[in-house]
Amino acid sequence: MTTPVEQERTQPEAIGEEIAAEDRPWQTVVWNDPVNLMSYVTYVFQKLFGFSRDKATKLMLDVHHKGKAIVTSGTKDKVEADVAKLHAAGLWATMQRAS
Amino acid sequence: MKRWIRDGDVVIGRLDRQEAAVVRGLVSQIQDMLLARAEEAPQDELAELTGIRTGPSEAPDDPILGRLLPDFHRLDDDAPDPDEVNSAAALRSLHEPELLDHKTGAAEIVLQTCSPDGGEIRLSIGEAEAWLASLNDVRLALGTALDVTEDMPDELPPEDPRSPHLGVYHWLTWVQDTLVDAMMP
Repeated sequence: MTTPVEQERTQPEAIGEEIAAEDRPWQTVVWNDPVNLMSYVTYVFQKLFGFSRDKATKLMLDVHHKGKAIVTSGTKDKVEADVAKLHAAGLWATMQRAS
Repeated sequence: MKRWIRDGDVVIGRLDRQEAAVVRGLVSQIQDMLLARAEEAPQDELAELTGIRTGPSEAPDDPILGRLLPDFHRLDDDAPDPDEVNSAAALRSLHEPELLDHKTGAAEIVLQTCSPDGGEIRLSIGEAEAWLASLNDVRLALGTALDVTEDMPDELPPEDPRSPHLGVYHWLTWVQDTLVDAMMP
């Protein structure tokens, strides 16, 4: 992910771990890419999934620093719908079975 | 362009004529690419009967369209899991028509609300969301075409053919970022 070049921003350290892959069969994975803005990814997580600013920011930073984050999990239908929403927002998202 | 500001349920920005021409030109190009992809969808009598549209099952060859229309599974480039390949094809076919509608619809809202003459732009929240999605699509397309990396410099050497386009990309990044700021709950 990226930030605009016009403004300097300090990069907070990665905090915490990926949310636990709960006992659910499918996971929504968001992958890092060099174009999507850190601010926009945080906004999308808040808007699509109703996450708090803190939770959305933490997941965004996981994507940025670790290359990916599991953002939701659940039934195949739910995760499929979440991936479709993320694609509509322009994020690089895929679905996988929880391992 | 000044920063976008939010005043209640209205989001306000301003583009000069040249900036409006850049935004409209790029958004139109992406919309045209997406509409051309939509026309490739298989014609299917069953789909006409059921009203359930199906799109192509194959990912686009074009890297820009590939980025705008990703697979539903992360497929290994060298040895993809055959079950995942089949599943990705089925999911693409099912979801791509709606994704194309969403993206071309967002582009249309930008074209309707961005006057070719430039000037003040007043958007509803829904229209501002369409601008965010559409600006993001344009940046994904430009970023793919310019092979943008995370540590992309502000400027490339003048002899680099991408140099003039990178300025446009960075400007769009700034426009999108200030719009996110205005929209952030």
